[in-house]
Amino acid sequence: MNIVKNKKLYFLLSGIVIIPGLISLALFGLKPSIDFTGGSRLEFSYKKGVDEGAVRKIFADRKAKVDSINSVAPNTLSVRTAPLEQPVKTAIITSLKNKYPDIVEKSFDTVGPTIGAETESNALKAVLIASIAITLYIAFAFRKVSKPVASWKFGVCAIAALLHDILVVVGIFSILGWLFKVEVDSLFITALLTVMGFSVHDTIVVFDRIRENLGKNYSLPFEDVVNNSLLETLNRSLNTSLTVIIVLFALLIFGGESIRWFVVALLAGIVSGTYSSIFNASQLLVVWYEWDKRNKNKKK
Amino acid sequence: MHNMKNPRNFLFVVFFVALILFFIDIPVPINFGKLKLPVVNKTLNFDLDTSRLNLNVGPVKVQRDLSYKLGLDLQGGTSLTYQVDMKNVPSAQRDDAFAGARNVIDRRVNFFGVTEPTIQSLKLGSEYRIIVDLPGATQIDQALDLIGRTAQLTFWEEGTQKIATAEANLYPLGLTSIYKNRPLETKLTGKDLKSAQVTYGSNGNGTPQVQLNFSSTGTKYFADITQRNVGKQVAIVLDNIAISAPVVQQPILNGNAVISGNFTQDQAKSLQIQLNSGALPAPLKLIGQSTVGPSLGIESLKKSLLGGIIGFLSVAVFMIFLYRKEGFLASVALVIYTIIVLFIFKVIPITLTLAGIAGFILSIGMAVDANILIFERMREEVRLGKPAQVATRLGFSRAWPSIRDSNISSLITTFILFYFGSGIIRGFAIALFIGIAVSLFSAIVVTRNLLRVFEKDVVVRKK
Repeated sequence: MNIVKNKKLYFLLSGIVIIPGLISLALFGLKPSIDFTGGSRLEFSYKKGVDEGAVRKIFADRKAKVDSINSVAPNTLSVRTAPLEQPVKTAIITSLKNKYPDIVEKSFDTVGPTIGAETESNALKAVLIASIAITLYIAFAFRKVSKPVASWKFGVCAIAALLHDILVVVGIFSILGWLFKVEVDSLFITALLTVMGFSVHDTIVVFDRIRENLGKNYSLPFEDVVNNSLLETLNRSLNTSLTVIIVLFALLIFGGESIRWFVVALLAGIVSGTYSSIFNASQLLVVWYEWDKRNKNKKK
Repeated sequence: MHNMKNPRNFLFVVFFVALILFFIDIPVPINFGKLKLPVVNKTLNFDLDTSRLNLNVGPVKVQRDLSYKLGLDLQGGTSLTYQVDMKNVPSAQRDDAFAGARNVIDRRVNFFGVTEPTIQSLKLGSEYRIIVDLPGATQIDQALDLIGRTAQLTFWEEGTQKIATAEANLYPLGLTSIYKNRPLETKLTGKDLKSAQVTYGSNGNGTPQVQLNFSSTGTKYFADITQRNVGKQVAIVLDNIAISAPVVQQPILNGNAVISGNFTQDQAKSLQIQLNSGALPAPLKLIGQSTVGPSLGIESLKKSLLGGIIGFLSVAVFMIFLYRKEGFLASVALVIYTIIVLFIFKVIPITLTLAGIAGFILSIGMAVDANILIFERMREEVRLGKPAQVATRLGFSRAWPSIRDSNISSLITTFILFYFGSGIIRGFAIALFIGIAVSLFSAIVVTRNLLRVFEKDVVVRKK
């Protein structure tokens, strides 16, 4: 089996997943939750027949500006508004209970604009610094490898695979936001960073094997060394990812609504991470190697 | 790596410790029944209440609460984030004002009688914040009303009219035990107090005392009060509770008063903080609030635990399916891993949140990864014709660099998450960090020794 030869096909497949996400991202962006924008969110459940218009009116009566009303679970409404003061919220709950006696307040969050802006900038910083730290670490871990591919190129390819995974997750959530009004919150950023860790984790295992095999087989062409390394680690990559995916599926099915989208983000990222570490990262290394070789030959 | 002479003994120790930890992990008290000793006529109680640590062996006396700490998202409750507005506080005094504001909140929350509130102060650059977590279904409207108020500092003196027992509760708490007559509120308030500081007595022995600096109107009021009350007590009241009642030694006309007494360093500091909370009233602004209803909390807890148990079992089944005997041994290691992680959660203690539980469950998946790496490597070595024992040894040593490198990259992300994250993200990062660290131990030490013991029988299947 040769999984290096068909590299263009694998890159194409990645493109098919990533490009629609990028288009959606350009057109609709992401739907940031109140974690980033600031605002209030009131979630309540009911037994039967709550009319959205009536709910809207109750909020309007208290001069609360409603941004959106979503059904987040069966018989559960989530109302997002501009930041609400506690007395206003209490009055709204009282009015709601007068009209629908069986409603239960599930949660209420208010995020001030300062905290929102801060969370946003921290999230960006975290993603940026994580990427830098990981590149440095890989360059360090592979410092002994220099032939035929420099150690920092391993780092760059691992980061490329990581970017791939970030784009997949962000793109999917842009589409989900557009289709199902799924919002992006602090937990999403957490999922993203976890995916980054996992993606590199996976890529390193493959690269490690390439490093080891390069030390043993001087005679084989680089492409074959990479292919052998991939094949040797294939079982491990698939089995590990499968265990994590099994665990996440259990969480998705039984874990409740509060972390549903968090788990979806992790799942998407880990599937993408497995794919990119098997079908993209090492192939990229080969493409780079061949490109370098061609350039050298031209110079000669 | 590990050089225990006899893996059998080592495993015995691991299992024994794990068994003890397992009983500590159980969240509810267990009753093993009673044992009556007929000879000495004593009853031994075999109750194991793992929510407390009660160690009393000779000189060692440790008493600690050992229950799982649940985050507000799992037990229900309200978290309030206040910004302390320092606009009107000179920058040199901001730290004092911050300590004062926190102290005021501490007392108000305790006064409100919430069980196990947590209050943290957080300084971010020039931002001063106080986060108040109130578990359970609290009367939030009242709590907000009470906590958000600016502190009131007043000064009282003794009047001339006799006090009637019935009216004792009309006055701030503690005043009627200081004064025999009706207390009178003076014109002097916290507004007139510029600041309070801890200084050390000039009388040579350097005992801590608290110095008050008044504004010009404050100086005037204070001069009047001290002239009227030489030899009598002037009570200082904060938020309707008397905090100090020094005796006036002589009239103080220049506005520089000193409260001395047999203060310890801590007592003087605490009085200074209380005075400053009235002197440097920094208004509190509510900038974030999060309330989780108790029903949602319990629902989330149940669901995430169920998800975790099912996830755990599926991983065990999957591992046994893939690797048979070694898979079973890995599952045993996984059980020990879970016991250790839960124990660490309980002992540190780590506040368990929904995201934290998700992080823990995710780390179960990652914990297995090290084992998979090792087993796959062993199979390879067997395929190359090596005998099972050699393959086991090589599997471990050759898989180690990959395990190390890949886990370090995951640990880097947990550090960054912890550093930049707030509340929920930190919970997730800590859980994942502990999970990864313990997983390395269980995969390398526990599984390795398990395999060593069962090595003779292990026949790694050729594929």
